[in-house]
Amino acid sequence: MTNPGSQAELVRRSLKRRYRKERRFRFYGITAIAIALFSLVILFTDIISKGYTGFIKTTVTLEVHLDGDLMYLNDATDPEQIAMADFQAPIIKALQGYFPQATSRADKREFSRMTGSYASNQVRDLLKENPDWLGSTRTIEFPAHDTVSVYVKHAGDPGYSIRLTEQQQRWTDELLRKGVIDTGFNDVFFTSGDSREPSNAGILGALIGSLLTMGITLVIAFPVGVAAAIYLEEFAPSNRLTDFIEVNINNLAAVPSIIFGLLGLAVFIGVFGMPRSVPVVGGLVLALMTLPTIIISSRAAIKSVPPSIREAAEGIGASKMQVVLHHVLPLAMPGMLTGSIIGMAQALGETAPLLLIGMVAFIVEIPDGFFSSATVLPVQIFIWAGSAEQGFVELASAGIMVLLAFLITMNAFAIWLRKRLERRW
Amino acid sequence: MSTTISTMSPTAIKETGMPEAKTTKVTNERPAETVIEEGRTVGIPFSDDPKFKLRDVEVFYGETRAIRNISLDIARNEVIAFIGPSGCGKSTFLRCLNRMNDSIDTCRIKGSLQLDGQDIYDPKRDVVELRARVGMVFQKPNPFPKSIYDNVAYGPRIHGLANRKSDLDDIVENSLRKAGLWNEAKDRLDAMATGMSGGQQQRLCIARAIAVSPEVVLMDEPCSALDPIATARIEELIAELSESYTIVIVTHSMQQAARVSNRTAYFHLGNLVEVNDTSKVFTMPEHELTESYITGRFG
Repeated sequence: MTNPGSQAELVRRSLKRRYRKERRFRFYGITAIAIALFSLVILFTDIISKGYTGFIKTTVTLEVHLDGDLMYLNDATDPEQIAMADFQAPIIKALQGYFPQATSRADKREFSRMTGSYASNQVRDLLKENPDWLGSTRTIEFPAHDTVSVYVKHAGDPGYSIRLTEQQQRWTDELLRKGVIDTGFNDVFFTSGDSREPSNAGILGALIGSLLTMGITLVIAFPVGVAAAIYLEEFAPSNRLTDFIEVNINNLAAVPSIIFGLLGLAVFIGVFGMPRSVPVVGGLVLALMTLPTIIISSRAAIKSVPPSIREAAEGIGASKMQVVLHHVLPLAMPGMLTGSIIGMAQALGETAPLLLIGMVAFIVEIPDGFFSSATVLPVQIFIWAGSAEQGFVELASAGIMVLLAFLITMNAFAIWLRKRLERRW
Repeated sequence: MSTTISTMSPTAIKETGMPEAKTTKVTNERPAETVIEEGRTVGIPFSDDPKFKLRDVEVFYGETRAIRNISLDIARNEVIAFIGPSGCGKSTFLRCLNRMNDSIDTCRIKGSLQLDGQDIYDPKRDVVELRARVGMVFQKPNPFPKSIYDNVAYGPRIHGLANRKSDLDDIVENSLRKAGLWNEAKDRLDAMATGMSGGQQQRLCIARAIAVSPEVVLMDEPCSALDPIATARIEELIAELSESYTIVIVTHSMQQAARVSNRTAYFHLGNLVEVNDTSKVFTMPEHELTESYITGRFG
C-alpha cells in the first residue's frame, strides 16, 4: 500500500516537472515564431528600402520650341520627313537655354544624355499626333536619363555609382534648384510594359500577363483538380489502379517545376504547335504543376466532411451524386479553396517552367489576350534583376513589392471567400 | 467477454443437445455458461402480416461475421425495439433494412430480406426509392448545416414531392408538427439548424425523415445523445408516429424499449436470441441470456 502523503508528494514533484516541460515547450514555440517574424521583417525592410525609389520617377520638364528648321522638318504629316527628322535637337536647344555657355559638340552630347533615350521619340510622337504644333513652343515632361535619375535619387548611396560627368552633375544640381528636374510618383511604372530604358519600363505588361496566365491556370486546374478529387474520393473503387494513381499524384506534387516547363515545351509547343511566350501555354503548364496540390488538398477536404452528414443525406434517399453535390462539396469547398490558393500562389511565383516556354522574351507591348506574347511578374523581376542599367535594380525591388501585393490580394480574396462559405455543423 | 467455437462444458451440451461445431460458447464473469444456438430464436419472431420478411440474414465485415443467421418478421405498423449489449450487431442489422451498409466496401450480406414481398438487395432494386420508403434517424443528431426549413424540405425536394412552394411549405409544416417542433421552429425557419439544442436537432432529424412520407422509420439509438427531458419528448413522438409508421428502434435503454415498443428483440453476439412481446420480454424472458441482460448482469 502506498502512503497517501507520499503519493501526493510524488504527484507534486511530477507536476513541477510537467510545468517545466510546458514552459520549455512554449519557449521553443515563441523562439521559432520570433525567428520567423524577424526574418520576415528583415526581408520586407530590405525590399521596401531598396524598392520604394522604384515608385519615384525623375522628370525633366522643358519649354521646347518645336522649330522646323532645327529638326529638318517642314511638314509633320509627311512620314518620310518624320523618319528623317532630328527630334533631339529642340530638346538640346531647350536645355542649352539654361546654360548658354555650353555650346561645344561634347556639351551637346552631354545634354542629350540628360533626358531619357526615348525623349526624341516622345517629341516625334507628339508631332505626329499634333502636326500643327510645328513651330510652336510647348511644355513637355521628359523622363530623366537613367544616370541622372540615379544621381538625383541615390547621390551618396554607396550601392550606386554616379555615372554623370562633373559638368552634368553641376547642370543637374542647377536644374533641380530651378525645378526643371523634379521627382514625382512613378505612374509610368504602373502604366507601361517593359523597356530597355529603366525610366520607361513598367510592370503593367507583366501584371496583365500574370493575370491572364493565372486565369488560365485557375480555370483549368480548379475544376479538373476538384473533379479528380471527388471521383477518387467518392466514386473510384479502391483497387491497384487507384492506388497507383494516388501514388503518382503524390509524386507529381514533388516534381521540380522545370520538368513541367520541359513538358509544356515538348507537348504544347512541340506537338500541338501552340505559339511561344503566350499566357495560354504558361497557364496550361502552371495548371499541370498545380493540379497535384489541388487534388491532394481537395481530397483531404472531402475526407474531413463528417460522415454523419453523408449518412443523413443517404438516409433520406439522396443519390450518390446528390450527396456529393448538395452536401459534401459545399462543406469541403473552404478546404478546397485553401488548397487551390496555395497552389495558385505557388504558380504565381513560378519562374523556371515559364522560362522554357519562352515567356522570358523581351516584350514591350502590354498583352491584350491569351494568345499575345506576354511575360509574368516573377520573370519580369528576374529579367530586371539581371539587367545592366542601375535603374533596374530598384525596379526589380518595386516589382517584388507588386508581386507580393498581388499575392496578398489573392490570399485575402481566398480568405474572404472561405469565410463566406464556411458553415458550422 | 470472449467468443470461441470450442469445447463446451458438459452443462452446455446437456442444455442444447447440439453438436460442438455448430455452437458458440459465451462466457462472462458469471459462472453461468450459456450457449446460443445459431439460427434459433425463442419467442415469436414471425408475423402474419410482415412489413419486413427477413430470412437467414448473415452480414460479414471482411472475414468477421457480424450477423449470424437471423430470421425475423417486422409487422406492419408495429414498434419493434432491438436491444442487446454493445457490438451485438443490432445496429448493423438495422442498417441492412435500408441498405445503409452499401457504402462500406467490406460489408457483404447473405440471406433474404424482403420489404412488402420485394427483395431489398435485388441488384435491380433502386436504393434511392428504398430509402424514400424506409427512412432513418441516427444516433447523433445530424442536421444539415442549412436552415431549419431547408433541412425538412430537402427530402421532398430531391424526390420531387412538391411542385409548388406552397405544397413544400405544407409538407414542412406538417412534418414539423408531427415531430412536435412546429411551435418552437415556426418563427425561425430560416435559422441555421445547427444552432438548435440537441433534442430539437434530433426532432428536426425525425421531421426530416418523415417529410418524405416513409412507410418505415429506422431509429438508431435516437436518444443516446439527449438528456432525459428531450428523451421523453422523443418517446412521446415515437408513440404518436407509431399510428402511421412502422418503427424499428435500436436502444441501449431497456426502460425506453419497455416504454415505446410493442415487441422487443434481444441480440447477442450477432445472434437474435429472443423476440417477444415487450411486456413478456421484460417480465418473463424465455432465454437465459435475455434474463441476464435485462436483470443487468452484463451489457
